[in-house]
Amino acid sequence: MAPPVQPREMGRDLARRDGPDKVRGLATYADETPVVAPLYCAIVQATIGRGAVTGIDADVAAALDGVVAVLTPDGAERLADTEDAELAVLQSADVAFRGQVVAAVLAETFEVAREAADLVAVTYRDDGHDVRLSPDRDDLYTPESVNPGYPTDTHEGDVAAAMATAPVTVERTYTTAMYHNNPMEPHATTARWDTSGGGHLTLWDSTQGVHPTRKTVATVFGLDPHQVRVVCPYVGGGFGSKGTPHVNVVLAALAARAVPGRPVRLALTRQQMFALAGYRTPTVQRMQLAAERDGRLTAIAIDVVEQTSRIKEFAEQTGVPTRTMYAAPNRRTTHRLAALDVPVPSWMRAPGECPGMFGPEVALDELAERLGMDPVELRIRNEPEVDTETGKPFSSRNLVACLREGARRFGWADRDPRPGIRRHGDWLVGTGVASSVYPTMAMASSTARVRFAGGRYTVTIGAADLGTGSSTVLPQIAADALGVAVGDVDVLIGDTAHPEASVAGGSSGTATWGSAIVEAAGAFRDKFGAQPPDDAEAEGSIQPNEATERYAMSAFGAQFAEVAVHADTGEVRVPRLYGVFAAGRILNPRTARSQLVGGMTMGLSMALHEQSLVDPRFGHVVNHDLAEYHIASCADVADLQAHWIDERDPHVNPMGAKGIGEIGIVGTAAAVVNAAWHATGVRVRDLPLTLDRVLGLTG
Amino acid sequence: MDAEIELTVDGRRRRVSVDTRTTLLDALRQRLAVASPKKGCDHGQCGACTVLLDGRRVLSCLTLAVAQDGAEVTTADGLAAEGPHPVQRAFLDHDAFQCGFCTPGQVCSAVGALDEAARGWPSAVTTDVAAEPELDRAEIAERMSGNLCRCGAYARIVDAVQAAGRDGGAR
Ligand code: FES
Ligand code: FES
Repeated sequence: MAPPVQPREMGRDLARRDGPDKVRGLATYADETPVVAPLYCAIVQATIGRGAVTGIDADVAAALDGVVAVLTPDGAERLADTEDAELAVLQSADVAFRGQVVAAVLAETFEVAREAADLVAVTYRDDGHDVRLSPDRDDLYTPESVNPGYPTDTHEGDVAAAMATAPVTVERTYTTAMYHNNPMEPHATTARWDTSGGGHLTLWDSTQGVHPTRKTVATVFGLDPHQVRVVCPYVGGGFGSKGTPHVNVVLAALAARAVPGRPVRLALTRQQMFALAGYRTPTVQRMQLAAERDGRLTAIAIDVVEQTSRIKEFAEQTGVPTRTMYAAPNRRTTHRLAALDVPVPSWMRAPGECPGMFGPEVALDELAERLGMDPVELRIRNEPEVDTETGKPFSSRNLVACLREGARRFGWADRDPRPGIRRHGDWLVGTGVASSVYPTMAMASSTARVRFAGGRYTVTIGAADLGTGSSTVLPQIAADALGVAVGDVDVLIGDTAHPEASVAGGSSGTATWGSAIVEAAGAFRDKFGAQPPDDAEAEGSIQPNEATERYAMSAFGAQFAEVAVHADTGEVRVPRLYGVFAAGRILNPRTARSQLVGGMTMGLSMALHEQSLVDPRFGHVVNHDLAEYHIASCADVADLQAHWIDERDPHVNPMGAKGIGEIGIVGTAAAVVNAAWHATGVRVRDLPLTLDRVLGLTG
Repeated sequence: MDAEIELTVDGRRRRVSVDTRTTLLDALRQRLAVASPKKGCDHGQCGACTVLLDGRRVLSCLTLAVAQDGAEVTTADGLAAEGPHPVQRAFLDHDAFQCGFCTPGQVCSAVGALDEAARGWPSAVTTDVAAEPELDRAEIAERMSGNLCRCGAYARIVDAVQAAGRDGGAR
C-alpha cells in the first residue's frame, strides 16, 4: 500500500461536479441514451409459481402493426453459458418462480410493445409452488458459506451453559421483512449489436460496475470481453440491486442481437422490479444473550433462518455482525436457508449488517431493561478489546466515542428509563439507541490511468457514481495524490473504455478506486516528475494492504431516535433521528453527509414502512408498486442529522477513509423500535413498526 | 391510433405524432427527446415525471399527450433557460440530491408548490386554512411528499425549498 496521502483537497466541502446537470435533468441515464430509432422491448412474465411453459401463441402479437419480433424459449438464441440460472433467459420452458421472463416483444413503439406483450398467449403446466418461509420447516439447509464468503456458522465456548447459569438472560426471536431496493431509476439498458468485425455489443446500462457487467455478459454470450462495451455515466440509485447484472441486462443484449444494427431499449417497469431485480430476504433471528448483573455479556448467539431461491443460492450474512460487535466469552452464529420457488435474493444496502443489527440491538435493549441499566452504558460495558472473531486489534474502533457524542448531541443524559410514561397531548414519546457497524473493505483489483495534456490532468477509471459523489470525491483524491489543485483534474468514469475497476459495492468504491488513483499518480510522478510533457500517461493499480493481516477494520456508529406514538391510533412518527459515525477521514463533508443521511432515511423507511408481502397462493409480491410498497416520503423525515467524529486511521488505505455508503442504514430500525418501546411499553420484535403492532394488536 | 398534436416545450413549439395511448411523459422522452422528466413508476406514484403544465405541477405519466394539444410544458431543463432557477440554485447549495434521478421532478414540484403557497392554497397540515400559509418545514415536507427520493435527500430538499421560498423561488 502507498504511504498516506497528505490531505489538501481531501476533506473539503466541494459541490458535486454533476450537480448542475442533475438539477436540470440533463444527466443521461441508460434509458435516455441518445440513439437513432430504437426498438422497445416489453417482457412477458410467468403467471404460475413453478412448472413449465407448454405453449406460446404469439401470432396475434406478431401480427400487430409495428411488432418486429417476439422472443420465446423456442426461438431465442442459445446462450453460451447458462450456469447462472438467473441469467439463462428464454433458454428452457421451465418456470422457477412467478414473474420469471417467458417471452419478450420488440416493437417500433413503447405502446405497441406493451400491447403486444399482453397479447402473447402462454399456456403452462403448473407443478405447484412453495414460497412459505418458516423456521419450522424440516427442509432448512446449511449453506457452504454466506455472502460474500464468510463461514456459515461460528462457535466459541458454550452458549447453552452460559444461558443456564447467567443471572440475567434474553431469549427472543426477531424478524425483518422482505425488502426491495427500489432505486428511483428502474433497471434499464439501451443495447446495440453491430455485426461488423466479428460483432460488437454496446450496452448503455444502469449498473454499479461497468467492468463486472461486461465480464458477465461476455461470459453468458461467449464473447470476448473486447467485443462488449458497457457505458454508464449516471446511475439513478442502485443500493445493491445494480451490483450484479440481473436478467434484464442479458435480455436486452439478447434482443439487440436479434435485430443487428438496431438499438433496443429495455426498462423494467416498477412492478417487474419486484420479481426480476433482486431483493433482501426476510430473516428470522433467534437471539440469546446471557449477562452478569453488571451488564457484562457472558454469551451472545444468533441463529438465522432466511430464504433463497431454488435456482440460485444467495445466503445473506445476517449473523456476521454479531461475531465482532460485543465482547462475550461464549458465542454462536448460525445460518439456515429455505430454498423456495421465489425470485433470486441478492444484495441490498448493507447485506448482513442491515438486518443483522436489528435482532441483536433490540435484544440488547431488552437486556438493559431487565438489568435496569442505561442502554448506552450497557453497550460501552461490552466493548471488546480486540476483534472477537479474529483476535486482531481494530485499526481504529470508536463505537464508544460515537455513543458518547451521540448521547451528548441528543440530550440523552436526563432520560427517564421507564417506558410509557411521557405523554404530550395525544402522543406517547420515547427515545432509543442502537449501534451501527460496517466492515471497511477494498476490492482486490482496480486500475486508473493519469494523463496530462494542455495543462490539465485527466484520470480515467471504470468506476461508478450511484449518487454517492464519487465523481466529485475521486478528483479530490487525484489532486492530492498528484499534488495539484482539484480544479486542474478531470476524472472520467463509467465506461469499459477506461481502465478496469471494481463494482461499487460493500462501501468499497472510494477506497478501491482511490487507492488505484494514488498508485497511478505515484507512477506518473515517478516517470515524469513535476513537469510532465504533454500526453504523458501512466497507470497504477491498487496494491495489497499488508495492514489487513494485522488489523480488523470497520466503521462504527450510534443512532439515537425519538419516537412519538399516537395513543389512540398507534400512528408512529420519528421527530428526531441523530446518527454519529466514526468512518476515518471524511473526504467531502457535503456528499458524505448526504450519504449518511440517506442511509439513515432508508433505515427509517425500513423501520416504519417497508415490507414486500408475498401471497402464498400465487407466489408473488402483491404490493409490487410504490403505492403499496411504502418507502419513506418527505413528510416522514423531521429532524434527521448525521454527524461524525474526527477519526484518523493510517492503516485502512492511503486516504485514511472508510466506506460510508451503507453504515447509515445499519441500526436505524433497532433505534426506532427501541424508542417505540420506551414511548409505549410495547416491545415490537417484527418489522415494520406498523400501528397494529405498536398498539399490541398483532405479533 | 396516432394523432398529431402541438406542444410548447420549454419555450419551443413542437409538432409531434403520438399514439392516443402515449402519455405526456413518453411523448416528451421517447418522441421529442426531452428526457429531463424521469420515469420512476409510470403510475403516478413517485413524482419523478413531474413537469409544469400551463404553470401547474402535474404527473406527466398520468397525463395523456393527445389531450394536451396546444399546451405549454416546462421541464426542469426549461426552468434553467436563463441560468439556474432559484430552486435549482438552492438544490445545488444544499446538496438536496444524490443520484439525481428524482431531482428534475423535485425541482418542478418545488416550483409548483411555492407557487401554490404564494396563492394561499392550504395543504393537509395547514392549521388555519383561511390564513396565508407559512412555509415551515412541516408545510414544505407535506407539499413535497408526492415526490419520492430513494436516496433519502428529503432533509436537504426541505432546506432547499425553504431557502428558495425565502428568495422568492416561485419566479
Ligand atoms: S413516473 Fe410519474 S409518478 Fe412516477
Ligand atoms: S436523488 Fe436519488 S432518488 Fe432522489
